[in-house]
Amino acid sequence: MTAAISATKQRKWQDYFTFCTDHKVIGIQYLVSSFFFYFIGGIFAEIMRTELATPEPDLVSPELYNQLLTLHGTIMIFLWIVPAAAGFANYLIPLMVGAEDMAFPRLNALAFWINPPAGVLLLSSFFVGAPQSGWTSYPPLSLLSGKWGEEFWILSILLIGTSSILGAINFITTILKMRIPDMDIHSMPLFCWAMLASSALALLSTPVLAAALVLLSFDLIIGTNFFNPAGGGNPIVYQHLFWFYSHPAVYIMILPFFGIISEVLPVHSRKPIFGYRAIAYSSLAISFLGLIVWAHHMFTSGTPGWLRMFFMATTMLIAVPTGIKIFSWCATLWGGKLNLNTSLLFGIGFVSSFLIGGLSGVMIASVPFDIHVHDTYFIVAHFHYVLFGGSVLGLYAGVYHWFPKMTGRMVNETLGRIHFVMSFIGLNVTFLPMHELGLMGMNRRIALYDLEFQPLNLISTIGSYILATSTIPFIINVIWSLNKGTQAERNPWRSLTLEWQTSSPPAIENFSEPPVLWSGPYEYGIDSESIESESVQDLLTEVASEG
Amino acid sequence: MNIPSNIITLVAGIIVTMISIWYGQNHGLMPVAASEEAIQVDGLFNLMVTIACGLFLIVQGTLVFCLIKFRRKQGDTTDGPPIEGNIPLEIVWTAIPTIIVFILSIYSFEVYNNMGGLDPMASMASHHSPSQHQHHQPMLAMANQSQISLGIGDSPDENSNSPVYVDVNGIQYAWIFNYADSGIISGELRVPVEHPVHLNLRAGDVIHAFWLPEFRLKQDTIPGQDATLVFTPTRIGDYPIICAELCGAYHGGMKSRLYVMSETDYQEWLQENIIAQTQEGVNTVAVNTSEMSDGEYLTPYAQEMGVNQEIIAQLRQIQ
Ligand code: HEM
Ligand SMILES: [Cu+2]
Ligand SMILES: [Cu+2]
Repeated sequence: MTAAISATKQRKWQDYFTFCTDHKVIGIQYLVSSFFFYFIGGIFAEIMRTELATPEPDLVSPELYNQLLTLHGTIMIFLWIVPAAAGFANYLIPLMVGAEDMAFPRLNALAFWINPPAGVLLLSSFFVGAPQSGWTSYPPLSLLSGKWGEEFWILSILLIGTSSILGAINFITTILKMRIPDMDIHSMPLFCWAMLASSALALLSTPVLAAALVLLSFDLIIGTNFFNPAGGGNPIVYQHLFWFYSHPAVYIMILPFFGIISEVLPVHSRKPIFGYRAIAYSSLAISFLGLIVWAHHMFTSGTPGWLRMFFMATTMLIAVPTGIKIFSWCATLWGGKLNLNTSLLFGIGFVSSFLIGGLSGVMIASVPFDIHVHDTYFIVAHFHYVLFGGSVLGLYAGVYHWFPKMTGRMVNETLGRIHFVMSFIGLNVTFLPMHELGLMGMNRRIALYDLEFQPLNLISTIGSYILATSTIPFIINVIWSLNKGTQAERNPWRSLTLEWQTSSPPAIENFSEPPVLWSGPYEYGIDSESIESESVQDLLTEVASEG
Repeated sequence: MNIPSNIITLVAGIIVTMISIWYGQNHGLMPVAASEEAIQVDGLFNLMVTIACGLFLIVQGTLVFCLIKFRRKQGDTTDGPPIEGNIPLEIVWTAIPTIIVFILSIYSFEVYNNMGGLDPMASMASHHSPSQHQHHQPMLAMANQSQISLGIGDSPDENSNSPVYVDVNGIQYAWIFNYADSGIISGELRVPVEHPVHLNLRAGDVIHAFWLPEFRLKQDTIPGQDATLVFTPTRIGDYPIICAELCGAYHGGMKSRLYVMSETDYQEWLQENIIAQTQEGVNTVAVNTSEMSDGEYLTPYAQEMGVNQEIIAQLRQIQ
């Protein structure tokens, strides 16, 4: 590479294995490593589903089943969804606000490099007897079943929690302080709003989880009795502390993908996002309400009647800001010029499946009904619709949308659509029947079940195979497109957000000229000539840099 | 044809409403309802299914309509109309979910109250239960009587039949039922129909959850903390009792059965068992779990779990 084209100088592949402080490298590091853990978590899920194809526990022992279950849940949450969101945020936020890097680049690299060892630590717990008390790890069970596995689990969660606190500080500071002067807070992309809300939640609630886990680990190792009833401790206190983090955690996981959807839908349907402020503020409302609903996970445990009623009311209220988002997304599509590429398909699939998770969510907010379905497959169905439909589909929408930006290559649309169709079918075939299983009387976290539940379980298992195979076209697509995909222009989607003003992939210093805000992030259809062609863009940038 | 769009909207609205109402009543998703309480929960569930079905059809319908109708034409690079908001519309769709959750909250509160969820007696362990005198003075320091108990208590309109009091103990991996009045200890629960059943739940080792799907009732049993469940069975039959809280490797095998019997059958059973149990040896004993291998233990997945002699002996000692 000669000095002459240093403006678009690119990273070497080795850079991705170093303590590199470039936010784009860190973003990719997060994304690739979380995909790696996704496959491991997915393999565990497939083993579980295969086990559940028949009523007898014939494939794995009940102990192993519980270990797989615990690690599946933990990996999917802490090593897949949360870091993948951090990957997008790292890659996109500085570009979206027109900054050169994150506010604290070294802290950023540190936050990432905490994760891989934490993941390895978690997986290596198999050598000492993996934890088997579920990702919730309720005492006293977690104190009884295998000390070292549990301790590995605690340590790795503490590490990942630290990483996510460091990340959150960085995101908040970057969003609030590093925007180009023209961009006021109401003209920044909605993804930034979503990350602001999500990071605020992470900052407020993660330390509480850390406290709970440190105390649990004292109980485990030095025999204190914070949560151990045998010594006078109170196991319910653990549940309060745990859910004080872990309920907000679901919003920490899902808000970034709400943000991604709010980016993807307007561009590909060529319409402004409907109700910018409503969507932005509803993210904040969700994160505020998210802090006062945790006890809905404890309706059947140690929660007195009046407290159940309080938490029922606050939980139901979350339906309002969430509903606003769903309706606004539909209104964004309405009357648009929908370019049905893979990204938009995943976006619409996201709205469609998240809706189902949201509707069952309002149902289980209702105490009398939740008493029936708590800890059953109805809940498993609900949270997979939210986490798979609402996070994973959103994540893929984002991957397909920003792939050209990140790699400089276009993806193959045919493979992409096959990936979408298989994921969408697989998702519904796997998780829809679980609602009925739960209502009928199948409890969760079991390796063996009654004969009457077999037909629906078999359907669900077949669905999970479809889901698993759906990743094959995706992997092929990524590898093929990286090498052979058509060269991407700087702005193939004619998008208005700032990250598309730089080259694809962006130069090391992000923008060769300072970016200019030529319009709001979503003003499609208003002044469409100005973005008609790249030459106009270039003109604008030139004018800006001269002036 | 040129049908004004508001008529189409109206027709679609009527169709969606009709489908939702029909499905709300005919979904058949729940198992039989074996108590008054369960029927009430089902009423609430039906309403929620109706609303959910309506919203589902509206939103999915919109999405599918958009997919078909607003698909970009080949070569069209123009943008859609720049509609950024619509205040009346946004107020309407904020108001509708608000009203819906308001209604659902109040209705849920009603049902919960009718089930006895707010019964002050359930929130106080100073229960006027005859079993009171024989509560084991626990090895666990904190199960003192002044502590708040949890669960579902008497519903305000409890009927007048004499209640049955049973102490339930959850241990890895069995339920043990201890009849306060007759001293019977059993691995299954038998109760007469139309009598309120007062269960006093506790756990011996880890947290378990006592779940009766046909009664829509569930309550965790927490070591060191008592909980109450009161319900009135209205239907003769036998129903599963399931542990719903992960309690160890064999959590999936922690099952028992609830037999709701006619008054006379129940009395007969009581008499037989009082005699049998006072004469040494326990008839209700089923399987001694510790003598079986994992495989043997788990294969008969539907098998009823029982109690072994040792456990019962232990329980007797504690008392
Ligand atoms: C290939 C797709 C997937 C399949 C087939 C699958 C299947 C399962 C199964 C069978 C369970 C056990 C349910 C139980 O007994 O309670 C489970 C639990 C769980 N899954 Fe998944 N899952 C999938 C994807 C995901 C994703 C993408 C996430 C999150 C992003 C996720 C998060 C969880 C969590 C948190 C649990 C609870 C674990 C626990 O109770 O400790 N799953 N999943
Ligand atoms: Cu149990
Ligand atoms: Cu259990």
